[in-house]
Amino acid sequence: MKGRIISPGKAQGEAIVTTEPIGFYGGIDAKTGIVIEKGHPLEGKKVTNKILVFPCGKGSTVGSYVIYGLKKNNVAPAGIINKETETIVATGVILAGIPCIDQIDIDRIKDGDKITLDAEKGEVKID
Amino acid sequence: MYLTKEEEKTLNGENGPVLERMFRLLVRLGDIYGADKMIPVGSVQVAGVSYKSVGDPGTEFLEDMASKDAKVKVLTYLNPAGMDLENWKELGFPKDFAKNQLRIMDAFKKMGIVVTSTCTPYLAGNLPRFREHIAWSESSAVSFSNSVIGARTNREGGPSALAAALCGVTPNYGLHLWEKRQPTIHVKVDAELDFNSDFGALGYYIGKQVKNKIPYFSGIKYANTDQLKALGAAMAASGAVALYHVEDLTPEADLVEKKGLEKISVGKKEIKETYNKLNTGKKPDIVIFGCPHASLREISALANKLDGKKLKKPVWICTSRMVKEAAERMGYNEIITKAGGSIVADTCMVVSPIEKMGYKTTGVNSGKAANYLPGFCKQEVCFANIDDLVEAQL
Repeated sequence: MKGRIISPGKAQGEAIVTTEPIGFYGGIDAKTGIVIEKGHPLEGKKVTNKILVFPCGKGSTVGSYVIYGLKKNNVAPAGIINKETETIVATGVILAGIPCIDQIDIDRIKDGDKITLDAEKGEVKID
Repeated sequence: MYLTKEEEKTLNGENGPVLERMFRLLVRLGDIYGADKMIPVGSVQVAGVSYKSVGDPGTEFLEDMASKDAKVKVLTYLNPAGMDLENWKELGFPKDFAKNQLRIMDAFKKMGIVVTSTCTPYLAGNLPRFREHIAWSESSAVSFSNSVIGARTNREGGPSALAAALCGVTPNYGLHLWEKRQPTIHVKVDAELDFNSDFGALGYYIGKQVKNKIPYFSGIKYANTDQLKALGAAMAASGAVALYHVEDLTPEADLVEKKGLEKISVGKKEIKETYNKLNTGKKPDIVIFGCPHASLREISALANKLDGKKLKKPVWICTSRMVKEAAERMGYNEIITKAGGSIVADTCMVVSPIEKMGYKTTGVNSGKAANYLPGFCKQEVCFANIDDLVEAQL
């Protein structure tokens, strides 16, 4: 699948997929990489070293710092795939240097799929 | 994207490494979102101020920038900090937290940023005009300035707003463009909205429904700026709504294209269900008003309700330092303090470490606070109107 490059780089890993938007601030713990938003389909799951797949960001604009913090604390996802990346997530991944692509039909990706993300070429492969 | 000669120089590092790094971020965002050029901004509002939200990585990032003599080019305000910057000791904020928070404030001040920490800059001396381009990041303030004032800003991330402040420009895309400010869904409201919490519940419900769309509301007969503030804040928290229009009430509502929109309805039933959904707790340990930061009118309303009363459990109302000053002059502070409550400035319940201060259940009248408190402060929530919340603490 071809998409738009948000933040360049390459990553491989297991997909962790949700159809719900993610608000990083108050949604994911920057120290542990665990989803903490109550009632979120991914609540209690760890995003570290995964390819995190979600439709779009939501909520607080402080989310960019949470993404940057995840990276600095070595608990960040290896890559991010969105349907539509908004500025909060875009700023976070650019600053943190996490490969990210959007405009991808994320319904085709299933939880646990092995993903190769090439955000130099804007390509997503399901192995 | 078209860049001026001066901008090219900045990108090539001729104006120093800080500006290069920050301008690169803006150019990257501009390229992603199809901006044709950079546009000057009238003011900036930076989120990512509380030590609780930025943590050590954010603190070091900011200190690094400040140490390299980064200076803002336009009027720049800050989002709430993690504590009352003057009365933190009396209010019981932890000492080590305070130390780190003050480091962050120092870094911002060094960069020339006004260290008034508020999510309602428009009530505290940073008021944009209609159609002015700005780069704000606090999600409720973005919603208010776009929707109620008609200024133009995207939802900036903390660092991209800081970049705009240091460079004085922002990429021209998204909500800076008239064609992107058109509504994408029509919301018909059929319910009496009395309390500010009713607007919070409506906003929470609609934010969940519409996610990042631009709603056009009809059927809201009256709303003052406090109520619009509550509505927008909740929609920005439960969804990613950065702009909404309200028939007859907001400045662009008459100007936008309303034909052929998808329609949804919301009535009493949905509002009542939202109240139920947001109520996860039984009895509040503490009640906190002022999310977003209270206006003088909201503080005066609370003072009226507390006049001559004695609280059994704490009640806070959070606001900006400027509004607190006015509340002191009017004697509201004295009334609230005598009853056992506190006017807390510079911070709010969402970004302060209340879970470490012994509170487990928090009462709020804000849809935004009700959205964040369970995840970020590990609180059970009592969501109710101001009358019921005050009653619960007497």
